[in-house]
Amino acid sequence: MSGASGGQRWLRILAPLGLGLLLLGGWEAWLRLAGIPPYVVPGPVAIAGALVEDWATLSASLLVTLKITLLALLIAASLGLLLAVLFAQSRLLELSLFPYAVILQVTPVVAIAPLIIIWVDDVTLSLLICAWIVAFFPILSNTTVGLNSTDHNLLDLFRLYGASRWQVLWRLRLPTAMPYFLAGLRISGGLSLIGAIVAEFVLGTGGRASGLAYRILEAGYQLRIPRMFAALVLISGAGIAIFLALSLLSQLLLRRWHESAMERGERR
Amino acid sequence: MQGGDETGSLLVLRGVGKRYATGTLAVQGIDLAVAQGDFLALLGPSGCGKSTLLRLIARLAAPSEGRIDWPHGRPGPRDIGFVFQEPTLMPWATALANVALPLRLAGMPRREAAARAAESLARVELRGFEQAYPRTLSGGMRMRVSIARALVTRPRLLLMDEPFAALDEITRHRLNNDLLALWEAARFTVIFVTHSVFESVYLARRIAVMAPRPGRIHAELGVTAPAPRGEAFRTSAEYAAQCRAVSATLGEAMAVSPA
Ligand SMILES: Nc1ncnc2c1ncn2[C@@H]1O[C@H](COP(=O)(O)OP(=O)(O)OP(=O)(O)O)[C@@H](O)[C@H]1O
Ligand SMILES: [Mg+2]
Repeated sequence: MSGASGGQRWLRILAPLGLGLLLLGGWEAWLRLAGIPPYVVPGPVAIAGALVEDWATLSASLLVTLKITLLALLIAASLGLLLAVLFAQSRLLELSLFPYAVILQVTPVVAIAPLIIIWVDDVTLSLLICAWIVAFFPILSNTTVGLNSTDHNLLDLFRLYGASRWQVLWRLRLPTAMPYFLAGLRISGGLSLIGAIVAEFVLGTGGRASGLAYRILEAGYQLRIPRMFAALVLISGAGIAIFLALSLLSQLLLRRWHESAMERGERR
Repeated sequence: MQGGDETGSLLVLRGVGKRYATGTLAVQGIDLAVAQGDFLALLGPSGCGKSTLLRLIARLAAPSEGRIDWPHGRPGPRDIGFVFQEPTLMPWATALANVALPLRLAGMPRREAAARAAESLARVELRGFEQAYPRTLSGGMRMRVSIARALVTRPRLLLMDEPFAALDEITRHRLNNDLLALWEAARFTVIFVTHSVFESVYLARRIAVMAPRPGRIHAELGVTAPAPRGEAFRTSAEYAAQCRAVSATLGEAMAVSPA
């Protein structure tokens, strides 16, 4: 790596960081100068204070939300991949099932969450189902497109050498679909978190096993605005972490061959 | 020499025609015998059905009329090598894995397939690039990998569909020479599609000139040249004269109005 692009890399981290600090500082300064109390708009210092003070409760809730989010994402990824593979094997199956996947996708999860809680009668499971519904579709549709994007000449080549259906799937279609699947996964990671939060807002939970959404509602009722913001910060942080982790995964899996995962200078 | 001596033929096309589902009559009434060990060029303008003919021979498509005979037995999946106009490599696999693909598809164990693939890469002068991914190779090198893959099963018949059309002239000349050397050494049968008169005369022992709409064979010409051919042949008067003759035949073929 040359010095110039090494500098680029640092700039990529330092520039947004510097801007962030500047904004936070400006925010705090503005609140103090204008004399706005923290129960109207809390400043970064108050929020950080709430984060530290309520860490035990907040981190437990973060864990609950993360668990639902990641489990929903995992199920969405495996089911989406599996269903896409089945679609690729049978056009009839794709034609008959895909519309229902679309319906599942376009129906607002807020609207079906109450139904789900009636049917399954278990809050955690309901939350999981809601998050899954939101996360499922991008993976399914992306992977389906990927499986159908196989190079025609390569397909001919496999046919020429008498490849079985299974060999075509394993050695050609799935690798072709990999970047599409990973792109879907990155979208679904964020959606899964949103699904988990929104569903909790609608369904509500109480007691020990409540997630961050409940903490926000609770803090709202109690007018503990800094704590509300602290929960918000944790949600955003979790979303960013999920996105970065999935980007890293994608990078690791694709960096040797796919254009999307290459360093800028490496691209042709 | 249509029909000709068919006992030494690897394959014989008899009245072969292909109409696509769209209604396009791509080729019609093709009679062609290809001798074992021959180097045949299919020369014709764009759209005259050269690729279609090659796909029919590779059994990637079925003729809608006529038939293709194989006097010495129908080829199995490993008897035919196919080189496409684009290198058609799997971008996620190394050069070695790409070349080993036909063997792996046939169920050969990984080790053995890798050894054979490495050998095949060495034959196209790509020793040391086994672990390279296609995107890190130049266009010419990618084409070599593609040729190595086609040769790895030691096919009896090598089908090439304008394999060098996308390359620069210097690279094309080099690969022409390499292909000739491989052919001299192993004497598989080659059917080489091209729309370059110069390339066809330089490489082939026989040239089938095709006419368009519907695609058919207008004439077959033999090429006389010293063996082995080399750069000296490319600049000889003999070469120039034959290019001129083939060029004239091609002009004729394109002027003939469809039957
Ligand atoms: N899959 C297909 N479906 C319908 N028509 C086709 C198909 N493939 C080829 N054709 C038609 O058949 C004719 C011959 O096509 P073909 O690709 O064999 O020509 P070609 O000689 O290889 O041309 P080029 O030099 O441009 O590659 C063309 O008119 C083309 O439009
Ligand atoms: Mg063609």
